[in-house]
Amino acid sequence: MVSPTSPESPAGGPRGYVVSVQDVTHRYGKAVALDGLSLDVPSGIRVGIVGPDGVGKSTLMALVAGAKKLQQGRITVLDGDIAQARHRREVGPRIAYMPQGLGKNLYLELSVYDNVDFMARLFGLSPEERKLRVPQLLQATGLGKFAERPAGKLSGGMKQKVGLCGALVHDPDLLILDEPTTGVDPLSRRQFWTLIDEIRAGRPGMSVIISTAYMDEAQQWDWIVAMDAGRVLATGTPAELMERSGTTDLEQCFIALLPEEKRKGHKELTIPPRAPGTAELAIEAHGLTRRFGTFVAVDHVTLSIERGEIFGFLGSNGCGKSTTMKMLTGLLPPSEGTAKLFGSSVDAGSMEVRKNLGYMTQAFSLYGELSVQQNLVLHARLYHLPPDKAKARIDELVERFGLGAHLETLAGGLPMGLRQRLSLAVAVLHGPQILILDEPTSGVDPVARDSFWELLIDLSRKQGVTIFVTTHFMNEGMRCDRISLMNAGRVLAADSPQKLIEAKQADSLETAFIAYMEEAIAEKARAEGKEEKDSAPAHEPAAPSHEPPTAPREDRAGMRLRIGRMLAYASNETSQILRDKVRLAFAFIGSALLMLVFGFGITTDVENIRYAALDLDQSPESRAYLEQFSSAKPYFSQTPPAPSAEEALRRLQSDDVSVVLEIPPLFGLNLRRGSGPEVLAQVDGAMTFRGDTVEQYVQGVHARMLRDPASGFQSARAQEYSANLEERYLYNPTFESIYSIVPSVPALLLLLIPAILMTVSIVREKELGSIINFYVTPTGRLEYLLGKQLPYIAIGMANFFILTALALIVFDVPIKGSFLMLIVCTLFYVAATTGIGMVTSTFTGSQVAAVFVTAILTIVPTIQFSGLLQPVSTLQGGAKVVGSIWPATYYMHASLGAFTKGLGAGLLLPDVAFLAVCVPLLLAISVVGLRKQEK
Amino acid sequence: MNSLLNILWLGLKELRSLLSDAVLVVFVVYAFTLAIYVQATGTSSEVNNASIAFVDEDESALSKELLNAFYPPRFKSPEVISSDEIQSDMDRGRFMFVVVIPPRFEHDLRAGRTPDIQVNIDATAMQQAGIGAGYIKNILNDRIASFLKRTEETGPKPVNLVIRKLFNPNGVSSWFKSVVAIINQITLLTVVLTGAAVIREREHGTLEHLLVMPLTSFEIAMAKVWANGLVILVATAASLLLVVHLVLKVPFAGSVVLWFAGVVLYLFFATALGIFLGTISRSMAQFALLIILVVLVLMLLSGGSTPVESQPKWLQSITYLLPARHFVSFSQIIIYRGGGLGAVWRQFLMVSAVGVGFFVYSLSMFRKSIAVSK
Repeated sequence: MVSPTSPESPAGGPRGYVVSVQDVTHRYGKAVALDGLSLDVPSGIRVGIVGPDGVGKSTLMALVAGAKKLQQGRITVLDGDIAQARHRREVGPRIAYMPQGLGKNLYLELSVYDNVDFMARLFGLSPEERKLRVPQLLQATGLGKFAERPAGKLSGGMKQKVGLCGALVHDPDLLILDEPTTGVDPLSRRQFWTLIDEIRAGRPGMSVIISTAYMDEAQQWDWIVAMDAGRVLATGTPAELMERSGTTDLEQCFIALLPEEKRKGHKELTIPPRAPGTAELAIEAHGLTRRFGTFVAVDHVTLSIERGEIFGFLGSNGCGKSTTMKMLTGLLPPSEGTAKLFGSSVDAGSMEVRKNLGYMTQAFSLYGELSVQQNLVLHARLYHLPPDKAKARIDELVERFGLGAHLETLAGGLPMGLRQRLSLAVAVLHGPQILILDEPTSGVDPVARDSFWELLIDLSRKQGVTIFVTTHFMNEGMRCDRISLMNAGRVLAADSPQKLIEAKQADSLETAFIAYMEEAIAEKARAEGKEEKDSAPAHEPAAPSHEPPTAPREDRAGMRLRIGRMLAYASNETSQILRDKVRLAFAFIGSALLMLVFGFGITTDVENIRYAALDLDQSPESRAYLEQFSSAKPYFSQTPPAPSAEEALRRLQSDDVSVVLEIPPLFGLNLRRGSGPEVLAQVDGAMTFRGDTVEQYVQGVHARMLRDPASGFQSARAQEYSANLEERYLYNPTFESIYSIVPSVPALLLLLIPAILMTVSIVREKELGSIINFYVTPTGRLEYLLGKQLPYIAIGMANFFILTALALIVFDVPIKGSFLMLIVCTLFYVAATTGIGMVTSTFTGSQVAAVFVTAILTIVPTIQFSGLLQPVSTLQGGAKVVGSIWPATYYMHASLGAFTKGLGAGLLLPDVAFLAVCVPLLLAISVVGLRKQEK
Repeated sequence: MNSLLNILWLGLKELRSLLSDAVLVVFVVYAFTLAIYVQATGTSSEVNNASIAFVDEDESALSKELLNAFYPPRFKSPEVISSDEIQSDMDRGRFMFVVVIPPRFEHDLRAGRTPDIQVNIDATAMQQAGIGAGYIKNILNDRIASFLKRTEETGPKPVNLVIRKLFNPNGVSSWFKSVVAIINQITLLTVVLTGAAVIREREHGTLEHLLVMPLTSFEIAMAKVWANGLVILVATAASLLLVVHLVLKVPFAGSVVLWFAGVVLYLFFATALGIFLGTISRSMAQFALLIILVVLVLMLLSGGSTPVESQPKWLQSITYLLPARHFVSFSQIIIYRGGGLGAVWRQFLMVSAVGVGFFVYSLSMFRKSIAVSK
């Protein structure tokens, strides 16, 4: 199948298409991402898809990879319909897909090695193969030294390399890379492309589809697809395209290819030279340094920028650009060094300096939920512009920035280009002398970018505003008066772009930058011996020696592969949770804490009822009557007697006492006469349950008094013709609530906590993007769910033993029944409760929603209908139905049974049986609800 | 002056953001209407519909009479079972109470002996078991006495006890529960709204934007406090009027103004807690996990679910520091018992002291977190 055709002539020749897209339309709600797109991609070459953010590149790539569900149209990949699950299963192992975003499909807590190894396990490589293949790939990409480092602690370029290793681990025939180099420094970027070339050299048949927002990068590829607004603008080799549009670089070519109305008003950007200024310094920084722990984010940066200058800061993501800016704006105090704006220090809190400052953060940082007008007005108010002046200023800006047509639109709904203009309008609203802009044009299309720059140039040249701007676009760097190149916290060089290029005798700013970086690395290496070469250019030149793929394919797979993938997910999940302190604390400390709070805090035992006597008789008899209460300990506790009815009421009102016993005047006399005087007990009924209990106790003391011959109040013939009521408090003879509360609480906690952890583990993957690994690997739904569930069942069981230990040791509640059966029951229960978490994860989209929905769905029925507060036998109607199918009901019965009721194994069996039925049922619902493709 | 204006404008912005978040608005409305109604009228601690069975070994007219004395709504209609079923039925949780009437019961009674009636109580159903057993005793005694028509011979009792229940004479549990539900929702919603406002601003990067402007972190935090506090106050007032007063018909014995003054004091604590949790969590997801732990503990220990007096002494001295506990306490005093400022000043003082103290602490945390935010 590998025919040695030269990649330079893909258009001719009999070679086939690796991907064929026919009339594909894709919508997100009302927004159209792909608009009837058709495209045939020749196989065996490097294909670049170019276009700014938001034109549908990522959607197209995800559809081709089978990660996204096709809505309309037809896509053939590797000779089959990718919309068919069967074809996806077959060709899945031949496709590798790396989604957009630095390290999006990586598990940031896991080490580099574990990440790549995990992918290898999903593709069914045997342990021996993995041991060979993974280190080999890491070595080839220069990651060998960092194998044990968590992926989250790598630079952007290195994360992308890890992602690439994960994609290459199973020798794919089609490699799909979605913006792999966005935000990566130029040196790493060049290394990345070299790597791809080497790999292709070892596997000439492999097709590579890459998307990028950097037009200059695409210049070296074999074949280009230019996209705009969900459609293909043009296809062809870079040379063809430039020739067709009569331009010399791809960016200009792209603008020329755009339809007429989009180019409207676009003209070649010209930058008038800066009038020689007064040389007044606007921004000055000396030895600016910032450390986070041991990590040096910014290392002795020194700058001086003149008034009216456009000063550019070039560097990759995470090189310290944003940190430097934050120190210049006073957002972040420097660890060392000083920063001054117009000669005055920017120490945090200086209001005068801030009034002279306009700032635009990296992300769009206005209120998306407010309209354009409201955003502008809010900022005018916060800068205390007088209303009439504010109105004039806003009108002026709206006019100049072309926002007139969008005043009532919500800022969040604006297209990228307009948003950035609004941000700039807000930043200059109060007429600042200095503008600090953090990557203002990332994600903006070339036309909008040029019009944005026009505004900047206008501000600088006509109004003398000093502009400090960061970017990772090299061609934007060219537009600045002076730039500084930044890498790993240090400024490599600072001068006008032309001079920088000349100094390195480079042909472009990019190559000059790379030259400076290499120089810095070499210097560092000299200084420190040979240690710590973060992005060593000299990685093993030998491309991975590609043996023909030995990875077993799905057909001869069967059970062993499935179990292997399930275990891969289980061990992956285990390592993740073990490294996530918050979730780990929630899992173990959370349940123990709640157990203690429930056990100590929830008790229905009413004791020490505070009462006051209101003795209006003051006779020996009245005192004797009251004596009966004061001796009824621990139920009643006496407080000083109330002198008057008003005082008694006041004390009842202020919750000082719960009962007032009022003995009427002449009580003693009437008693002696036998005319049956009345004693009034006023009981505080505000808290109903407590009021009822207090009432019972008062009656109890009174009744005992009447029976007790020693009390002096024995009724004449009360004993006669009455039955003797013997109360047997079964299971809990002392009738202390701790024996019923403590065994009931695990039913709630072993539901709440495993369910929440389970749902978070799945929804988290959806939110962070690593679920893509499930979409594009041969992992089945059942394998995925079971693999994720296993660690949480283990956590649930560990929790059970913690809670049981607390019950036995702290609360002294013994297990009287079958502990063994309770363990079996718990196992099924935890399997069922994690199953509930799985079910809720199928319909929640964010972690927050997942947590709250799961909490409400589990807490409410458990408290209301499972017998915690009210026995299930007393429920009726809908409540009864819920109560009799809710797993907690059965576990509550089993737990109470094993602890307090002393039930044997046989009597717990029905509970076990019910829970055992729940487990596969919940799993089945989750399998049906879980999507294998993105919507 | 400028500072006050800043707080005003930022707060108005906060209100706008909140109102445009449909999910949150629906959540607030639900929490203060339907959720309160459900909690107030849901399970009750009263004995209601209790399951009871009889083992009738006498089968006399009297035993039949006793059986018929138990009827809905307090008890389910009793079932008759045999004596060897007692244990297994109780083990399975079929009945809360089983009454055993011995052979020759009526005969013995008429002969002047005092035969035994056994009442088996499932003592693991704490709330209902104790009170239910009391009812059963009273019912059985009354029926036996009236059946034998010997009341005149038992003679008058030397002392009669009259029990009067104050503040909720009929013991309607929804009175108590509706107010506890409102209190719980105030705690939960205030913490969620304020904390989410802090995190949302940080996640969207707008916080940085504000900090570069001539605004102080105090102004930013105060704006969140007043805006979210106001939303909660309005929701509380509406809920009190519509759900508690009109639908559940709970009388309000004390001064509404006084109670709202107390709510405002409590809001200092609740918003401070929201800012605190929003500051220490790194993401919305962590915030959600934290809230569940913190708010559940606050609700359980506040005295709204079970009386504070029942907690162990050492725990009571810890919960004394919880403003939620004093909130529950002064709400009961004002709403049911009609107490005035004289009855609640101690609680007010404690809520303000802890609330304002924690508020100042949270603000300083918030300020510090901004300083070190990356």
